[in-house]
Amino acid sequence: MTFNLRFGVTTALALALSAGLVSAQDKSIIVQSTTSTANSGLYDYLLPIFAEQTGIQVNVVAVGTGQAIKNARNCDGDVLLVHAKPAEEQFVADGMGVERFDLMYNDFVIVGPNEDPAGVAGMTDAQDSLEKIAGSGALFASRGDDSGTHKKEMLLWADTDVNPADGSGEWYRETGSGMGATLNAGVGMDAYVMTDRATWISFENKGDFEIQVEGDEDLFNQYGVILVNPEKCENVDAESGQAFVDWLISDAGQQAIGDYKLNGQQLFFPNAE
Amino acid sequence: MQDFGEAFGLALSLVASGDADLVEIVALSLRVSLSATGLACLIGLPVGALVAITRFPGRNAVLILFNALMGLPPVVVGLLVYLHLSRAGPLGFLGLLYTPTAMIIAQTILITPIVMALSRQVIEDLHAEYADQFRSLVLSRWQQVSALIWDARFSLLTVGLAGFGRAVAEVGAVMIVGGNIDHLTRVMTTAIALETSKGDLALALALGLVLMVIALGVNALVQSLRMTAVRHAYA
Repeated sequence: MTFNLRFGVTTALALALSAGLVSAQDKSIIVQSTTSTANSGLYDYLLPIFAEQTGIQVNVVAVGTGQAIKNARNCDGDVLLVHAKPAEEQFVADGMGVERFDLMYNDFVIVGPNEDPAGVAGMTDAQDSLEKIAGSGALFASRGDDSGTHKKEMLLWADTDVNPADGSGEWYRETGSGMGATLNAGVGMDAYVMTDRATWISFENKGDFEIQVEGDEDLFNQYGVILVNPEKCENVDAESGQAFVDWLISDAGQQAIGDYKLNGQQLFFPNAE
Repeated sequence: MQDFGEAFGLALSLVASGDADLVEIVALSLRVSLSATGLACLIGLPVGALVAITRFPGRNAVLILFNALMGLPPVVVGLLVYLHLSRAGPLGFLGLLYTPTAMIIAQTILITPIVMALSRQVIEDLHAEYADQFRSLVLSRWQQVSALIWDARFSLLTVGLAGFGRAVAEVGAVMIVGGNIDHLTRVMTTAIALETSKGDLALALALGLVLMVIALGVNALVQSLRMTAVRHAYA
């Protein structure tokens, strides 16, 4: 038994140590990105194509845009791929990123229960529909997590006469979690939710929810990609990271983004220049 | 409610087909949590035993601290480990963030207090029986510690299982320090969280069932080892 205990401990230590070495074997980079791109399956489609052409393994950490930027500021990633243009430009202005490239877009939609208690179905003005939801007594579930989607939603509210914080905990429910978790919560309590279209299409717990508001230019959702500055973060693999950025904005990468379809629908529209 | 039936079917077909992704995730879960349990026992058992047999000023405060640390929230442990292992943190140069090693470190921190606090209690009870004998044999402190750990080994197995159970079931710490990276740091609990966030509740529940079966398997294995060993010990 003493032997077994010692054996167990040695094994545990060996496992613990060997685990650390795995990541050093191949060329690999870490991309700090958003749940919307990961949950939609886009990376599962793109990364094998990129890996085949370059031999570079891309590891994606999918968190909210706010957290992704924060992690990248801590040098915990080689590339940042998120959707909050002002915050991304700030990231580059602060010297943390080399250069920001427009990559692709999709759009936000407001989904809600089929009965549409706020009567916003078919509206095409985002701000008007938010005001109508706020005044109707219906519930609205917000990310509340400083993600790209949350930042966008707050920008839209700022254009209305409503301050959603006044209804926080009442009609305005901040989940403080990811897009999928917020949709689950929204479906669970019949609350309207603003979501990016890609997550919505790939979401599998829709219940009786439908897209109620779409088509406003203000609901445009631009994604950008940035190489983390190797001068600020010496651990950044600039060569592999740049190769990934270059590929994404090249004709081949843009073509691949446009080719990705789920249930026959295109989720992201490439628009690199 | 239809999710339950669907989940059972899915769980069965996932296991039956030996789904490669599932095997990988299960293997990593076991590797991380068993390593953490081993390390936690390596640290926690001697410390717990030492505190059990030693009287010193402030001992009660230490006991209260041990017991309170059993309630460490995984997400807080994850955050603390993240801040240390992040490239911007003091241990960033090790490059351990987003690796299984980081997950092992976080879970070890999480469950070491459990092993310490529970083994302290088990060994203190045993020590009460042995105290006179130890005094007559004039054993050193470390001899006492090893004798007590050895004699309490069957009860301490349960302590180890309590630690393992906590480690394999937590999601907060490994999500932050591992990043839930596919084919690198994805374990059962983070996979369940991911499928839930995708709204695929049936698949999430199926993975949950598989996790519970694994926990059951580990416990059954340990229990049968223990029964065999007990039979040998008292035969």
